[in-house]
Amino acid sequence: MIKVENISKSYNDVQALKDISFSVEKGELFGLIGPDGAGKTSLMRILMTLLLPDGGQAWMSGLDVVKDYRKIRRIVGYMPGRFSLYQDLTVEENLSFFATVFGTTIEENYELIRDIYVQIEPFKDRLAGRLSGGMKQKLALSCALIHKPGILVLDEPTTGVDAVSRKEFWEMLKKLQEQGITILVSTPYMDEAGLCDRVALMQKGDILSINSPEQIVNDYDRPLLAARSHEMHRLIQDLRQWDQVETAYAFGQFVHITPSNNQLQPDEVKAHLEKLNHQQVRSSFIKAGIEDVFMALMGESESVQSRSQSQSQSQSQSQSRSQSQSQSQSQSQSQSQSQRGRSRNG
Amino acid sequence: MDRFLGFVKKEFFHIFRDRRTMIILFGIPIIQLMLFGTVITNEIKDARIAIYDQSKDEVTQEITTKLMSSGYFLLDQNLESTADIEAIFKQGKVKEVLVFGRDFSRKLQREGKADVQIIADASDPNLGKMLATYTTGIINDYIFKQMGNLHLPMQIEPEVRMVYNEGLKSVYMFVPGIMAMILMLISAMMTSISITREKELGTMEILLVSPLRPSQIILGKVTPYLVLSFINALVILGIGHFVFGVPIKGSWGLLLGESILFILMALSLGIMISSLAKTQMVAMFISVIALMLPTILLSGFIFSIENMPLPLQIVSNIMPPKWFIIILRNIMLKGVGMAYVWKETLVLLGMTAFFVVVAVKKFKVRLE
Repeated sequence: MIKVENISKSYNDVQALKDISFSVEKGELFGLIGPDGAGKTSLMRILMTLLLPDGGQAWMSGLDVVKDYRKIRRIVGYMPGRFSLYQDLTVEENLSFFATVFGTTIEENYELIRDIYVQIEPFKDRLAGRLSGGMKQKLALSCALIHKPGILVLDEPTTGVDAVSRKEFWEMLKKLQEQGITILVSTPYMDEAGLCDRVALMQKGDILSINSPEQIVNDYDRPLLAARSHEMHRLIQDLRQWDQVETAYAFGQFVHITPSNNQLQPDEVKAHLEKLNHQQVRSSFIKAGIEDVFMALMGESESVQSRSQSQSQSQSQSQSRSQSQSQSQSQSQSQSQSQRGRSRNG
Repeated sequence: MDRFLGFVKKEFFHIFRDRRTMIILFGIPIIQLMLFGTVITNEIKDARIAIYDQSKDEVTQEITTKLMSSGYFLLDQNLESTADIEAIFKQGKVKEVLVFGRDFSRKLQREGKADVQIIADASDPNLGKMLATYTTGIINDYIFKQMGNLHLPMQIEPEVRMVYNEGLKSVYMFVPGIMAMILMLISAMMTSISITREKELGTMEILLVSPLRPSQIILGKVTPYLVLSFINALVILGIGHFVFGVPIKGSWGLLLGESILFILMALSLGIMISSLAKTQMVAMFISVIALMLPTILLSGFIFSIENMPLPLQIVSNIMPPKWFIIILRNIMLKGVGMAYVWKETLVLLGMTAFFVVVAVKKFKVRLE
């Protein structure tokens, strides 16, 4: 349904997308996961025919995003990252405006949006600017769906929305998926990755990995330890300075540790920390979550400068990192190739 | 068509729900018209003068009466000595003092010559000059009429008539100027702001990914402002004609047709600005600095183009309002028809076409 081949895009001297390739099957709920600046919005705008790629090609439902932009605009629903409805129009006026723009009426396609729209219908005479964040998203989704699009593209729909509304929103997406709509959604929240059929982990214009969330986690073969103590901040500092530890990131009340050799045991961690006057120390093996995998992939893909500075590590290590970086690149390339092969078969 | 109408409806919602827009659309034109029409005038009305009459005879009395009944002057007081003159000027109320010499009427009879001195307060030079001119005019007029039997050896008597504006009323000049200025302001600035606002708020992104064509977006934006600007033109003409008594000698049809042409020109200029500007601030800045000031200064609205230095005269040719003001004055004051304004109309048409072409070419179907 969506096919992207070697798309790249630069703004002045910043490369926003580096040779991106992937494809989304019909009826799939596909997630683009990555922090701000990963290139998610640029990619979506290229797919939505709002930007021209510098290189590569992409198709939406078989239509070229550069040449057939007019046709694509009729069959795709789009919800930009920023709330982009008319704040000085009421809920109903917004909806009927977008219905007329797409040459339809609210009544004609009410079926599709009913589940979503009933929740905001009590406020239909309220100005869109005075709705709460969650309501705004529901209205924006209704507007994006009003013309029965075959593909729905949502740019960070849950950013700035409360936890309950976020959950509701994903339930709505699932329902839409059941009706056969192909959905491409981007999010900076790792916990939402698990709700997608497949995800692409993105960072700085690169796709680090594409797979189902379960598979991405299963493919991760490094051991992972969790540790906590009464002093969170010092805990991270101490762990990062320990030569047994490759990376240490805070996850809630715990620090997740990737050991530099795979033999490190929880007891050793505990002993080491207690030696450094940490109290209430706990340590155990844990199963990696998608966020851990993403952090690990990110660390592999490039050495974050601030970290290497704080760790004051020798050059030899950063060299080994850059080696692993080139490895991971070739890996992701082969992955995307296999992906392409699969989509052709399917 | 439904799409277009839906878009126009949405635009009207925007306009009617934004108080600032409404004030700019309907408050400012009327306020400006009233201001320019009443406060800023070049005419003299009830200027206070003092008279030091040393003869106090028949003739000086008659001249004084004539001055007072002209409506331009108001007698503040009669002075008794030359010393009073300076004192009364310093008070500031009196703008002119008239001094009649001794034995005015007798000298006039006998020698055919009498002395009258006009002393004007030139701290406001324009006013001083005008007062002196008016006074001289009235005195000369009196002398010529009264002393018709005087036969001077040779005499040239210029008979001045100010055609098309006999009373030299400045309102006649301001109404066309204001009309050009307001229509320019509303049409160009409001459209450019409303389009850049869509860009700024991100709604343009949604409009672009919709099946709306650029022409539909542009026309949808322009139509409401065309209607509102036309209403404004009617209001301005109405106030000018019925409140300030500016004559409309030519045909109303032609006048309104030319107004629509000018509005269209300003609208397409507004669209062109919006395709250059990214934010509302920039659009406003361009509209005000690049359009308003030249409109006021270089269009012949306030300063006549003929008296400008040559480079500015040339620049004034690219000011659309210049041509519109010429057309308006011709139609309203001279009552001429299309045969006399076709050249200016053609210039406006050409400008409109140019702006439309640039605007459509520059309109981006994508974000960059």
